[in-house]
Amino acid sequence: MQASEIRALFAVASRPEVVSLAGGMPFVQALNMDLMAETVSKLLRERGAVALQYGSGQGDVGLREQILEVMADVKVSAHPDDIVVTTGSQMALDLVTRVFCDPGDVVLVEAPSYVGALGVFRAYECEVIHVAMDDEGLNPIALQEAISTLAAQGRKAKMLYTIPSFHNPAGVTQGQPRRAEILAIAQRAGVLLLEDDPYGLLGFEGEPPAAIRSHDEEGVIYLGSFSKTIASGLRVGWAVAPHGVREKLVLAAESAVLCPSNYSQLTISEYLATQPWREQIKSYRELYRERRDALLESLEQLMPPGTTWTTPAGGFYSWLTLPNGLDAKAMLPRAVTALVAYVPGTGFYVNGSGHENMRLSYCYPEPDRIREGVRRLAGVIEGELEIAATFGTGSALHSDSGSDSPGSNVPAPNLQ
Amino acid sequence: MSSYLVLSGGLSPERDVSLRSGRRVAEALRLSTDDEVREADVDLSLIDLLRKHRPSCVIPLLHGAAGEDGALRDVLTSLDLPYVGSTGESARLAFDKPIAKTLLARAGVATPAYVALPHASFRELGAAEVLSGIRDLLGLPLIVKPTKGGSALGASLVKSAEDFPSAMVGAFAYSEVAMMEQWIAGTEVAISVLETGDSTSALPAVEIVPKAEMYDYNSRYTAGTTEFFVPARLSDDIAAECARIALLAHEVLGLRDWSRTDLIVDSSGTPWFLETNAAPGMTETSLFPQSLHAAGLSLGDTALRLVQRAIARK
Repeated sequence: MQASEIRALFAVASRPEVVSLAGGMPFVQALNMDLMAETVSKLLRERGAVALQYGSGQGDVGLREQILEVMADVKVSAHPDDIVVTTGSQMALDLVTRVFCDPGDVVLVEAPSYVGALGVFRAYECEVIHVAMDDEGLNPIALQEAISTLAAQGRKAKMLYTIPSFHNPAGVTQGQPRRAEILAIAQRAGVLLLEDDPYGLLGFEGEPPAAIRSHDEEGVIYLGSFSKTIASGLRVGWAVAPHGVREKLVLAAESAVLCPSNYSQLTISEYLATQPWREQIKSYRELYRERRDALLESLEQLMPPGTTWTTPAGGFYSWLTLPNGLDAKAMLPRAVTALVAYVPGTGFYVNGSGHENMRLSYCYPEPDRIREGVRRLAGVIEGELEIAATFGTGSALHSDSGSDSPGSNVPAPNLQ
Repeated sequence: MSSYLVLSGGLSPERDVSLRSGRRVAEALRLSTDDEVREADVDLSLIDLLRKHRPSCVIPLLHGAAGEDGALRDVLTSLDLPYVGSTGESARLAFDKPIAKTLLARAGVATPAYVALPHASFRELGAAEVLSGIRDLLGLPLIVKPTKGGSALGASLVKSAEDFPSAMVGAFAYSEVAMMEQWIAGTEVAISVLETGDSTSALPAVEIVPKAEMYDYNSRYTAGTTEFFVPARLSDDIAAECARIALLAHEVLGLRDWSRTDLIVDSSGTPWFLETNAAPGMTETSLFPQSLHAAGLSLGDTALRLVQRAIARK
């Protein structure tokens, strides 16, 4: 099945009749809109001429100082001058790749990896190599092997891209010893580590995991975002980078967009200064934990034997593996007909893997809808198992070679 | 002032195509009339909208189930609303490919041999044995497709026995019944039929040359993936025969206002009937608008004439 067909199916998934476990939209309805309106109103009344004007290419200095406070929760310390504010962390990802990577450079990514990153690496003509994960995220042994294999070929990876906390799409989290181990491997090999941490503050248990960059600043660029913790529509993210790199990022940002939106930055800044943002993040955590629980309980109750899934300790996603080598992409039309949607796993690889996987997101639908969605999905999988049993299909037979470009197998960002 | 309602969207996998068709026809209509042209999706609010708004005419541009299986048309009839296009009864005949093929074969038109079976038949009789028999009957390559549905969704070309099982899974993902059809090599053409005034005419044939092996979903709706020749590069005799078959299909299936018939012309010049669409696509890469353009007709004026025709029919 082709990418355009998948996109056509996602067009149906936007209808309210469909329980979409496919999108990645944060549940911004949980924000107190009166408080947000008050924040925006105050901003425009008091600093409207600044908010509606061009700003600095590096981002508002006041916001950069506040970002230090936010990052303190994941134990990242920096100077405001080390921060470059961007239009969502997606732009930071683009800028870092633009500055560091030339066509043909190797970028190591997790298997599976965030589709938005894969799209950026492909756009800059990087060679993307997936590195295996396990229940604790990126596997250090596999990472070392990948680096050694490249070395044996006289090659070296330029960058390692990783999402250590509450991974998208895998839903797993690296423990602290593992983070230290991964960082040590990257540093020894002279590979830049790009740490993407949009979900770090959205853990369901205990303190937020300390970022990799908290272990050592050398050779690490940290990406953060307000998209999941405050509001994705404001498009405010940031990169923390050493001085020499930061200058290049700012120049690249200026050539791309002149400056990030002052209005959005100052809205976030005003919100952080005047509203109980930690309480807001806490309420997001509780909301997402309740939805995660609804998903996991329903999967446990309803999924056919042989189906497995990850247990996320935070974030938005669980990664499900189908039984008997069923092909999630080929099954999607059946699912959409049954009014449930997911993202087939192939969208998170550049090498055609992921056929028997799907990403299930629990961030947007209410718990009852999640339960209903899982009920429908279980029926779809059972139907597909029957078809597979009849035709003897399974892991050997898949819907295509998976050569589509990343992003074409996943929904647009505004799908529920 | 009259008011016309373009219906598009729906829950079928062809929703996106339908929305594009709907927008295009609505925009074209607005250029051809000062009357009100509204657009609506097919959802829980539709009946209420139709009852309150009582449009002078409805233009259903839904593709796939509900749009082409006749259900929505029957609902419009029950609400006593005029609409453009075929009745529910006729749309149902055209939407079911094996039924349409049977009716055309009875009318003397060549159509590729086929076998249509539900999943249960394979399960009960043993898929390997059934597929082996079908392979012997139809030969390879062959086409597997859902019996109902459009835009080549769920359709696969089977070149070897190994391709067969995954092609079946692909078709059953879209439909309860899968059709395995003999592959006819040749030139793919689409002939649009338009009723205007008292006459029914075939518009210039569109020849389809996809860059891919098949005229699949991607080839249909991605600009630059298919080359079109309008009129098709056919001899006058063969072009006339294709037009005759398209008109015959329109008549045999009892279609109304507009339709599009897809044919393959083999190397000997024989046209083979594949299917007829009661709700042809109207997107920027669709075939019906290309035929209209070649005939010197505008989409807006044509749609308006059909609207007036539907209102007069009431």
